[in-house]
Amino acid sequence: MSDQTIAAGERAVTRSRTRPEANRDENLLEVEDLSVSFVRRGAQPVRAVDGVSFVVRPGQIVGIVGESGSGKSVTSLAVMGLLPQRGVVASGQIRYRGQDLLTLGAKKLSDLRGREIAMVFQDPMSSLNPVIPIGTQVTEVLLRHFDVSRGEARAEAEHLLRRVGIPDPGRRLKEYPHQLSGGMRQRALIAIALACKPALLICDEPTTALDVTIQAQVLELLKELVNDLDTAMVMITHDLGVVAGLCDFVNVMYAGRVVESAPRHELFAHPRHRYTEGLLASMPRLDHPRTEPLRPIRGTPRDIVSWTKACAFAPRCDHADEACMSPDLELVLDGPGEHRMRCVHPAPLASDVADDD
Amino acid sequence: MTILDAEQGPIDEGLFDPPAGDERGTSLWQGAFRRLRRNPSAIVGAVIVVAFVLVAIFAPVLAPYEPAGTQWISQVTPSSVPGPSPGHLLGLDSFGSDMLTQLIYGARQSLIIGVVSTTIGLLGGAVLGLIAGGLGGWWDTGVMRIVDILLSIPSLLLAVSIAAVMGRNPFAIMIAIGAAQVPIFARLLRGSMLGQRRQDYVLAATSLGLRQRRIVMSHVLPNSLGPVIVQATLVLATAIIEVAALSYLGLGSADPAIAEWGRMLVKAQDRLQSDPRLAILPGICIAITALGFTLFGEALREALDPKSRR
Repeated sequence: MSDQTIAAGERAVTRSRTRPEANRDENLLEVEDLSVSFVRRGAQPVRAVDGVSFVVRPGQIVGIVGESGSGKSVTSLAVMGLLPQRGVVASGQIRYRGQDLLTLGAKKLSDLRGREIAMVFQDPMSSLNPVIPIGTQVTEVLLRHFDVSRGEARAEAEHLLRRVGIPDPGRRLKEYPHQLSGGMRQRALIAIALACKPALLICDEPTTALDVTIQAQVLELLKELVNDLDTAMVMITHDLGVVAGLCDFVNVMYAGRVVESAPRHELFAHPRHRYTEGLLASMPRLDHPRTEPLRPIRGTPRDIVSWTKACAFAPRCDHADEACMSPDLELVLDGPGEHRMRCVHPAPLASDVADDD
Repeated sequence: MTILDAEQGPIDEGLFDPPAGDERGTSLWQGAFRRLRRNPSAIVGAVIVVAFVLVAIFAPVLAPYEPAGTQWISQVTPSSVPGPSPGHLLGLDSFGSDMLTQLIYGARQSLIIGVVSTTIGLLGGAVLGLIAGGLGGWWDTGVMRIVDILLSIPSLLLAVSIAAVMGRNPFAIMIAIGAAQVPIFARLLRGSMLGQRRQDYVLAATSLGLRQRRIVMSHVLPNSLGPVIVQATLVLATAIIEVAALSYLGLGSADPAIAEWGRMLVKAQDRLQSDPRLAILPGICIAITALGFTLFGEALREALDPKSRR
């Protein structure tokens, strides 16, 4: 998507209380050629995110999938402006409604955060302040962004907790995080993140710390809430199951770059990049014999070469050959619905890819 | 793998919550106090501390005589001081006052000086630590270098010089002891705040657009106070010892009528061989009180530290 040029960069900064009427055709978030490097004195800079581009339209759910270390979380922190101040070099553009978040002043960024863009973190235990009651943590964000009284904020907080499915919210408001179960805490965090009805919600593996039955409930809740509020969502996950149930559009990341991006159905029906193909093939399937071993992708994400030399996935790929050793492979348009991939030997379009080995 | 299945409606996990029992409505501090109650050394420490405070407050009621009454001076000879007797359970001191009365009033003096000087140290240190840990950057560097300089001066020496400069007024000794504790509190609070600032909940608060001041004051600070409060109880113990030390050095309160454990030690010096009781009794009082605060402080530290919980 890097070739999409957007002329809206000069648009006036919108800071009114009421959100501007969303133009459905206009992109809400445009990440363009985002690179993030961690620099340490006396060491080679580590490029965690390398030229990532994607767009999020209003109300759309976009997935970013990848293994640990593929740069997906760093991407989300960059969008929130939460990267550490020191030792980090970020380049490219992150445009929210036309204004570049990377160059936006701290004050304006802080006004946007929570009000327009909010985030749900991975670990609900450590993301809530242990010494402050839940109620205060919900009301403080309302008091920060809206001109409301404490009483009004409290009533709204109670309503929010009820909305995310926390029973007896009046009592829960007075309780401390350690008195809530893991699932309950994540619900509270979701309530806090959605308190100001943001236009964009970033979820960084929101269900990783939860057990499987609760995961499904939390995802169902998120889906319902973003639908109701017409909030766009960026779902960062390593779990293809989450993507399958939730996302409209999926970006697959590997070693800091997007290797494949496509609408959900297109991606699951015709995975083209060998990494995506491997991920899908490695999922256990109910319609396969139980004795059949799982098919992992061999190697670990550490077995990479630099994108500037070859395809980073080549060392783990069964189809790699000389052609894969060319530097900086392009993300090429390949297939319907903006299906793009970065592969020299893409999986054939024949339907049963799992047998092609 | 989680595959969302719309047909399987969300079960409210609240129904399956284990009964939380006595965890209801408890904060971190309340939990700490529950753990304290189960710790024997905390109970011993608390009993000593409470007894000490009660003795200090109710000194006029508990003491058998008026303080600094020298009416029995005729019984004191250069070679001996009358020991315990039915009228004077712990005997007389070298000025002819009742020993028990002097010790009881001494508790009052130690408590006042200990609490006031610890408060001075705590407030001073907290302000510096808050500036350094809250504002960061150049503020941090600047404040901490000043603190480092203060810290490089031995605390007793610092207290001695402050007491010497300020003269023998009753507040001098409190300010002297308090000032010596400022750098310790400042370092402690700053370090604790820096540790807390890296926590996820601070990142989460930032992601909600909360203002920096709000994050520091209502998120970082309350979470950083634990070690500081523990240190305060421990400093109370050292303050009581330091009061004794400064009095011993002749920098204590100028009014000889005010009973003070440290000065009682000084006065006992001349008669150490003939009447060691005169030094041993105030010595025991100082030791037990310091022990009480130390036991309680240590237990509090353990109760507040999630890593040392058993």
